[in-house]
Amino acid sequence: MTMFASPEDARTRLGAVDYLTDPGIATAVFLADALGKPLLIEGPAGVGKTELAKAVAAATSSALIRLQCYEGLDESRALYEWDYRKQLLRIQAGVDGWDEARAGIFAEEFLLARPLLTAIRRDEPTVLLIDETDKADVEVEGLLLEVLSDFQVTIPELGTITASRRPFVVLTSNATRELSEALKRRCLYLYIDYPTPERERDIVLTRVPGIRAHLAEQVVRTVASLRALELKKAPSIAESLDWAHTLLALEADDLDEETIARTLGVVLKHVADHTRAAKELGLPGLGG
Amino acid sequence: MSLLDRHTGFVRALRHGGLPVSLAEGLDAARALTVLDLADRETLRAAYAAALVKRHTHRPVFDTLFELWFPLGVSPEEAPEPPEETPAESAPAPDAADAEAFRDRLRELLLTDDEIALRALAREAVGRFAGFEGASGSSWSAQLVGRALDPKTLMAGLLRAVLGGRLPGGVAERNARRMIQARVDRLNAHILADVRRRLAEERGIERVAETAVRPAVENLDILRASRADLVALRREVQPLAQRLATRLTIRQRAGRSGRLDFRRTVRASLSTGGVPLTTRHRPRRPHKPELVVLCDASESVASFAHFTLLLAYALREQFARVRVFAFIDTLDEVTRFFERPGGDVGEAMRRLTAEANLVRLSGHSDYGHAFKVFVEHYGDVIGPKTSLLILGDARNNYQDPALAALETMVAPARHAWWLNPEPERDWDTGDSIAGVYGRHIPLIECRNLTQLGRFVGELA
Repeated sequence: MTMFASPEDARTRLGAVDYLTDPGIATAVFLADALGKPLLIEGPAGVGKTELAKAVAAATSSALIRLQCYEGLDESRALYEWDYRKQLLRIQAGVDGWDEARAGIFAEEFLLARPLLTAIRRDEPTVLLIDETDKADVEVEGLLLEVLSDFQVTIPELGTITASRRPFVVLTSNATRELSEALKRRCLYLYIDYPTPERERDIVLTRVPGIRAHLAEQVVRTVASLRALELKKAPSIAESLDWAHTLLALEADDLDEETIARTLGVVLKHVADHTRAAKELGLPGLGG
Repeated sequence: MSLLDRHTGFVRALRHGGLPVSLAEGLDAARALTVLDLADRETLRAAYAAALVKRHTHRPVFDTLFELWFPLGVSPEEAPEPPEETPAESAPAPDAADAEAFRDRLRELLLTDDEIALRALAREAVGRFAGFEGASGSSWSAQLVGRALDPKTLMAGLLRAVLGGRLPGGVAERNARRMIQARVDRLNAHILADVRRRLAEERGIERVAETAVRPAVENLDILRASRADLVALRREVQPLAQRLATRLTIRQRAGRSGRLDFRRTVRASLSTGGVPLTTRHRPRRPHKPELVVLCDASESVASFAHFTLLLAYALREQFARVRVFAFIDTLDEVTRFFERPGGDVGEAMRRLTAEANLVRLSGHSDYGHAFKVFVEHYGDVIGPKTSLLILGDARNNYQDPALAALETMVAPARHAWWLNPEPERDWDTGDSIAGVYGRHIPLIECRNLTQLGRFVGELA
């Protein structure tokens, strides 16, 4: 019961929801679905890792369930938790003896499903997005290993819950820390790099309606030049889009040195990067 | 060769090239082959990459090997090639007019963005120009093609064509130049791939693979890195530092808490009727060493010093203070070049070689004299909280090693290490006195970013 028929199918359907792929992305998405394996996506910030998960959900009309990772994320936030307040109420309200109460309070009714469990229990098509996996502690990876290899969760009081329908799992990481080999081994891996200028131009044209092709071309070429400088934070697709929006709002129809100097703050967010870009590109009026 | 043989051979070659491909991952890739349409080579490449390459720095190795094991066959539409197979044997020197014709076609192609035509041209050019009779029979060389086509000389003309007949300078020209350069780079990649393919056909894939594969960037020997490698290395330093910093913060936080906080324990006990059920502790003060770096700035090891300093500065948060001294045959403090906020270490390295006072007489490294100067002028810099780090290859040009001075530096320091970018087997050869210094200060081999990262992680 796969979602995509072929990489080509993945490409067209993701394209239909305004996510432009390249062969690498389309094939990886198709395989993750066909082989039923989680897809681990790495790459610089702002190249559309999270966007891809959303696009897959939109293209296949699946529900998107998102688990945002952060330091200190634990089982009770990621997997499930017993709603002890409700359990207390049940015990206080109940008139029956201890045995009934004990059997009663560990029932589905008192279980708070967190994203991982929710995704596994759903019968409808689901995309599970585990965002910024590298931010979570190493222990969480252990938890993910169990869930992602067998798609099942064991709850001592209820028994093992197995996925009736495997969700499409996407993990993203900014590589602030190496994920464990064990986790990587269980995933398919996709590195999304900065796109080629041609693809980026198409992205800008799709995402910024009303921009002229000539200006879009200039934006992506200049962004490519900026990326080639060794900057602290190279501009990513998100910045290109912001820039295109800005130029559109300013009704600029040509990206000359002066316009670049005026709007550079949209793309570069560090003072050192500004001075560097001004020096290398020979921009006017940016006292270094 | 059957598909299965090719698959296992490819996986074996990847392992040989340094990629940790597990059995399970190999199976994943094989399973992927069963659900894919194998006619499309780029899909095949993407599928193998998704299943087998789990680290971005391994991608170049993968691509090189993929080109060898799954070469682009001669498809029918490229068939008008037979004339190029014969001249390789009879080898009439390709004449200049011929090359000029190719250059004309190339000029057209570089103005458009037609990947397939570009590749076809590259393959045709390889067939025409790359063959030569070497000592061991006929062979192929990418350099010969590069010389015949010489795409660099086309640049000015192409720029004019793109920019409408003029060279305005500034951003527009820069962008156009980058665009064309990217296409030329792709052309060169196609040429190289095709040369390797032809070599592999004649000599066997394994033999070509051995020479073609270059180590992944984190395992590159820093001292032997080419200019392009250095750029790639520099890009790796920042993420490496970020990873290290994250790991160090985690480690610090996970460490045991510090001494009992009596006041807060009593205060907390009030809520449990005066019984101190839980004790409160003061947070531990993180141990932040002061770092004193002495680096050999002479030409031979400058790139290595550069990377170590880059890393040290990227990790500045983890140190209480960093002081840097550079020397060639005399020594000077160069911290001032690095302290500009948001400054850039590469720039600082350039300035320090130009402005700092590092050369006394010869301009050859003299460790002994540098140490003496350090003890004389900056002896009090090293205290019980200091970690001392010396960077250099310990090649002293047969001069006095000044072991007494080194002793005086090492003794008061909390830790002292010497990082040597040379492989351990080269120590004590020629004018290297690594062994002599090694008796007074721990000497550590540190040739690539992996080793450097590991060391700095332990230091901070």
